[in-house]
Amino acid sequence: MTLSLLFQHIVNALSLGSLYALIAIGYTMVYGILRLINFAHGDIFMLGAYVAFYGMTIVALPWWAALLVSIVFTALFGIGLERMAYRPLRDSPRISIMISAIGASFLLESLAVLIFGGRPKGVPVPDVLSKVIHFGSVSMIMISLIIPLFTFALLVVLVWIVNKTKTGMAMRAVSTDIEAARLMAVNVNKIVSFTFGIGSLLAALGGIMWSFKYPQLNPLMGMMPGLKCFIAAVIGGIGSIGGAVLGGFLMGFIEIMTVAFMPTLSGYRDAFAFVLLIVVLLVKPTGLLGKRQTEKV
Amino acid sequence: MSETSSKLMLSTSHLTMKFGGLTAVNDFNLEIGKNEIVGLIGPNGAGKTTAFNVITGMYNPSEGKVQFQDRDITGLKPHSITALGIARTFQNIRLFKEMSVLENVLVACHMSIRSSVFSATLHLPGYRAREAEARRFSMELLEQVGLSHLAYEKGTSLPYGQQRRLEIVRALATKPKMLLLDEPAAGMNPQESLELMEFIRKIRDKFDLTIFLIEHHMQVVMGVCERMYVLDYGVTIAHGDPSSIQKNPKVIEAYLGVD
Amino acid sequence: MKQSTELKKALPKRKLYTIAALAAFVVFAFLANLFFDAFTLRVFNLCAIYIVLALSLNLLNGFTGLFSLGHAGFMAVGAYVSALLTMSTQLKDMNYFLEPIVPWLHHLTMPFLPAIIIAGLVSGFVGFLIGAPVLRLRDDYLAIATLGFGEIIRVLITNAQGITNGAQGLKGLPRYSTTFSVWVAAGLVTLFMVLLMRSSFGRALKAVRDDELAAEAMGINVFKVKVTSFTMSSFLVGIGGALLGHMITTIDPKMFTFMLTFNILLIVVLGGIGSISGSVISAIAVTILMEVLRFLDEPMNLIFFKTDGLPGLRMVVFSLLLMIIIIYRQRGLMGSKEFSWDMLTGLFVKRGRKGGDHV
Repeated sequence: MTLSLLFQHIVNALSLGSLYALIAIGYTMVYGILRLINFAHGDIFMLGAYVAFYGMTIVALPWWAALLVSIVFTALFGIGLERMAYRPLRDSPRISIMISAIGASFLLESLAVLIFGGRPKGVPVPDVLSKVIHFGSVSMIMISLIIPLFTFALLVVLVWIVNKTKTGMAMRAVSTDIEAARLMAVNVNKIVSFTFGIGSLLAALGGIMWSFKYPQLNPLMGMMPGLKCFIAAVIGGIGSIGGAVLGGFLMGFIEIMTVAFMPTLSGYRDAFAFVLLIVVLLVKPTGLLGKRQTEKV
Repeated sequence: MSETSSKLMLSTSHLTMKFGGLTAVNDFNLEIGKNEIVGLIGPNGAGKTTAFNVITGMYNPSEGKVQFQDRDITGLKPHSITALGIARTFQNIRLFKEMSVLENVLVACHMSIRSSVFSATLHLPGYRAREAEARRFSMELLEQVGLSHLAYEKGTSLPYGQQRRLEIVRALATKPKMLLLDEPAAGMNPQESLELMEFIRKIRDKFDLTIFLIEHHMQVVMGVCERMYVLDYGVTIAHGDPSSIQKNPKVIEAYLGVD
Repeated sequence: MKQSTELKKALPKRKLYTIAALAAFVVFAFLANLFFDAFTLRVFNLCAIYIVLALSLNLLNGFTGLFSLGHAGFMAVGAYVSALLTMSTQLKDMNYFLEPIVPWLHHLTMPFLPAIIIAGLVSGFVGFLIGAPVLRLRDDYLAIATLGFGEIIRVLITNAQGITNGAQGLKGLPRYSTTFSVWVAAGLVTLFMVLLMRSSFGRALKAVRDDELAAEAMGINVFKVKVTSFTMSSFLVGIGGALLGHMITTIDPKMFTFMLTFNILLIVVLGGIGSISGSVISAIAVTILMEVLRFLDEPMNLIFFKTDGLPGLRMVVFSLLLMIIIIYRQRGLMGSKEFSWDMLTGLFVKRGRKGGDHV
């Protein structure tokens, strides 16, 4: 393997890792607050990509406008989903809310097939992003470089929100102890909505950038990334944003590097993620950066 | 002071339980002799239920040992400890929600039914005989506490006081040698507490039990316990018979004068 | 005491009704086999297979309280084992054109009954291997881990070209799933479930579901109970998968996706998590509904406009149905109660006490 090829793989791994990290953050925040695995998260990722696509094609918006419209729409959609499908079940056994999440996921996927059509659609990647850059013998598409940088910027903002604002503090309170937070006059409903909003926003961004890097949309495009990103969040430590980021990058790296160095195993690529998940769950269920949670008898 | 009975039932030595930075139980040393009724008291959060949980195997102690009838039971799983003869009730009643009163008690007979899954499913004669015996035994127990007429009602539909009694009966169905009761009098009025005290003495005598109980109701504790240990923030601050505990300044301080 | 004598008098009458109903059903099935056209008969028999699958999932989720999502994986194991054991050597040669089948499977052929039992045993064994490590995990983690294993199984099948013929799948399976065999299977599994839940082990399962800590404190080896339940469930699922394979006569890895698990989950939730009769009724209802609603995916000629087929509408309806049920009526049709004749008469008489067979 030449150095330039290796470099290319690394950049790819960084981009993929960033996308996974963005999606994994949504999972981990929702889980931290509601102890819910939001199966529908991957489909929100898909929704964001599609809305941006329609914004650019049918409404003929410039790509950055379509992006803005999409993330706002998707954030609102995520908030709406929470209110309709998860809030009524907040005091029910955890299995019920998980079933609702599974149902929501299938509902979104089948609605997407119905409304958008099952055939893959090509995404008109904006020229500025599909430009090819040369570093000596290495060539990269602009978007592959933008993704990690943009993600980094987003993370800085997110960390600032969670750690330095009142809302962020409320978020952390709710994820530690929802009853206590309620007693401290935290408007739990608002915080939950806010969390879903941010998570969905990040997923939408992830989806749009994904569609610029891999410019083909299909209604099930969120399924595998969604599952993998959940695994990434678990590996990093569910409930921890840092863990989600770590897990996401780890997942991206492992995926790209295994296929790069062992191409014959590419058929098993998806299985790796699951094997990794199971190993982590058995060895250290709280993940790399996670905290221990003990149940009071 | 305490009467060390001829047979030592339960003892712990240097039992310590830490959760991360919090030491819930600190160097707890306990000795309970056969047929004694011993109490464990202390302000809320003192670590009493944690001590119970360690003794019954739900937590592995950070340090120290638990011995039951000359046998080291530290680190054994709860069901093994129950099989050895220690049964318990819970602070927040933990009845089986979807099952009837009788079924709740029958579950506790599982150990004595001892049929393989195979013979149980096929309702083979050996299993049927043991199941019938378990039913008879359970109904008898229920009759003794006046709950047999409610045998087919859903366990959680009973009034609170009866639910507590059911939980105790359920524990009795495991044919224990020792019973650990976690706040059995919680939520009871004075009359019910009196009846409970009678009940505890009665079952101790009838079933040859040794009883260790956590309680906040001072009336019950002082009335029925022969000895007691006092915990505060996980540390044993006093130990002795009711009258000496009542006068102990450290105990009074820990409770801030609450009787 | 008065209650039990009343019960004793009522019992023989109920048993009579049940026996009569069963006899009527046997006659019905016999006639169906003779007179239904191929398509309707297939739907009818599919109901039986889904009864087996739903009951096996309910055993795990409903009665033991273990939320497992790996069902499709075990179905695949059962289907493939049974297929490989029943296909003739010539059939295998025809299928394995990309890569020859491994020698020890090449000439291995046996009749249906031993094959399907072995399929169940293998599936149960796989369940045991997976269950032992995975059942230590908490609810939601268990769900994801089992989902993961389901996918891993599928990926393994897709890649093990020499054993499973990989993505090409297996075609031409002998059609052993006759009306008789599937309904006998459904009947046996139902009987098994009823007997199981009435036994002390069934009680232990429910205790583990209701309150694991209390169950453990009452002397039940909770972990052992969980593993046993998981193994039993996997055994039954494997048989269900085998029956499915021998009805459709073609199997490939793409059949055994999470969507399949979802369908069975839908059936169980609809019928009532923890109700045997609920699962049976729901399996029949949903299987028929799934076929009836197939028209939603086809081009429709509504009076005012023609549609060119709305693929996905069927799944939309089903997902919506699942969500509505779980949000508004979590207990499903039967909740955790079982069907009883009193329930039926209760519908016609003014609504009084709703009875249920207590176990």
